[in-house]
Amino acid sequence: MLKNVYNWIDERLDITPIWRDVADHEVPEHVNPAHHFSAFVYCFGGLTFFITVIQILSGMFLTMYYVPDIINAYNSVEYLQTQVAFGQIVRGMHHWGASLVIVMMFLHTMRVFFTGSYKAPREMNWVVGMLIFFVMLGLGLTGYLLPWDNKAYFATKVTLEIANSVPWLGPIIKELLQGGTIVGAETLTRFFAIHVFFLPAVLLALLVGHFIMIRRQGISGPL
Amino acid sequence: MLRFAVDPILQNKEEGSFVKVAEESKITNDPQEFHFELKQQDGWYNSTATLTAWIRKNDQGEIVALSPICKHLGCLVGWNNNKNFPDEYHCPCHGARYTPDGKNLAVAPKPLDQYETKIENGWIYLGAIVPNTVVK
Repeated sequence: MLKNVYNWIDERLDITPIWRDVADHEVPEHVNPAHHFSAFVYCFGGLTFFITVIQILSGMFLTMYYVPDIINAYNSVEYLQTQVAFGQIVRGMHHWGASLVIVMMFLHTMRVFFTGSYKAPREMNWVVGMLIFFVMLGLGLTGYLLPWDNKAYFATKVTLEIANSVPWLGPIIKELLQGGTIVGAETLTRFFAIHVFFLPAVLLALLVGHFIMIRRQGISGPL
Repeated sequence: MLRFAVDPILQNKEEGSFVKVAEESKITNDPQEFHFELKQQDGWYNSTATLTAWIRKNDQGEIVALSPICKHLGCLVGWNNNKNFPDEYHCPCHGARYTPDGKNLAVAPKPLDQYETKIENGWIYLGAIVPNTVVK
């Protein structure tokens, strides 16, 4: 049955080469932990992506209950955390996953650095990876404010002070992020928009570039 | 859409108004903490913010009202809150320290900001937060 459906579509659109391109590729022996256990260090990039997928899914579900408004944000988080079935789990996934994604990304960066994989011809992929790093930090920063509790509020105040310390442009950057002169209603909606729409869009575009490049160039050779 | 996004920084700022905070006769040489409320417009909300000022009369007889927001990274400093540093402002976050007039002694790059101050009928009124003018 499923095979018939697949064949029916494949006859018309010729999709087999597309998913072959995406999924069907050799894993060299030196990066396969089944051959050399120490090759597990090559898994961190994939783990980063895996957790990123979890972040996107859990985040999508969180927005079913969350409202980015200074009066209701905290209450909506408290409600989804305490009243909604599995709310604690879903929010927990997003909360802990946020830290884990940074950890995995850091380990991945270390692996790339110490295996020298950033060298020619893969310099551009290193640069894209660094951009992903900064987008991830931005996601962490903007997501931190959303629960609108004391920790979120004061952490954001301090971060905006850091933005403020940029030479010349600091005050403008701060006010732009803040959406006004104080951390308030407009800061929360702004951070929400950046966290949920702007940065994920940038992240996905960068990830596509990262993956296309690794497929074009292949995994770097053994040490 | 760009104009839409940057609208908050192009809106006209409200003129800072002065708020009655404390009686001049109660101000001592040691800084004291005062709280006062300020009405503010926050997008589609009107709210009141509670602000804090540390006020003292310095050796030249000037009233100095300092904002407790640390000039390092924006935590709240306190007066005499660390027994290793008596008679100083100390920031619990990264150990920035200031003199009673707000001069930065450690960690922080600039002196504490102060409030614009005016005195009428024995009362101290505080206005906008401005860079420190008392210390160099």
